[in-house]
Amino acid sequence: MLTLDHYLVLSAILFFLGAVGVMVRAQIIVVLMCLELMLNAVNLAFVAFARYLGSVEGQVIVLFIMVVAAAEVAVGLAIAVAIFRQKGTTSIEDLRIMKW
Amino acid sequence: MELAYFYILSFIVVVSAVFVVFLRRPLHNVLFMILTMIGVACLMLQLHAEFIAMVQLIVYAGAVMVLFLFVVMLVNITQADLLSQLTAVRGWAGALVAFAIFGIILTVFKLSGEPAIPKAQAAQQLSNTELVARELFTTYLLPFEIASVLLLAAIIGAVVLVRKSR
Repeated sequence: MLTLDHYLVLSAILFFLGAVGVMVRAQIIVVLMCLELMLNAVNLAFVAFARYLGSVEGQVIVLFIMVVAAAEVAVGLAIAVAIFRQKGTTSIEDLRIMKW
Repeated sequence: MELAYFYILSFIVVVSAVFVVFLRRPLHNVLFMILTMIGVACLMLQLHAEFIAMVQLIVYAGAVMVLFLFVVMLVNITQADLLSQLTAVRGWAGALVAFAIFGIILTVFKLSGEPAIPKAQAAQQLSNTELVARELFTTYLLPFEIASVLLLAAIIGAVVLVRKSR
């Protein structure tokens, strides 16, 4: 029997993997991609709850999350390209201007 | 049958997500990310969210990932960059934080019991797309318009950021 918990645990695992990627990877593009992975995990949880509660509002919220994610990706990748033009690298280890 | 379908799909999704996180070359990351997105779309289909699943396929697996692919090609990551890793201390600290997040999420799960997904809501006449559209264009009309303004702002921001300064 398929339960809500199945989907929630899968969503948690995906979110965890995305979090590991954000923390561990050094390339700015891959970090952005792992952020997308985390957002996808949250979307899956929203859709599962929408099904479980028999309401469609969760799906509407997922639509808004997708809009925000698309905007975030567009601006984030533009920033990555701009950084690459200036510095010639996409490794976050080399971007230490604002670190002390 | 449903359960077997779920397990196969979640196996594909989790394995390709692991590849997204741990493979070295960004191009491979992007390709496995597309596989993950498609798997998640299939899971949403299983949850009877047909419209969202299609949007996931077209917008995420289609548009967003192609955008990533373009940037990966454009940026031309060098060999030295490929090998560049976080310093060991920072990497381990990051992994520890990620595990802490996972632990917090799992404690939330222990509180919830084992609720089953209800059987299909008694004979809906409306399709899923129609239901989402009704909700979107009545209750959530204002957020919908604001979202379009947000997208406009993102377009302008991206153009301004990558434009060559003169």
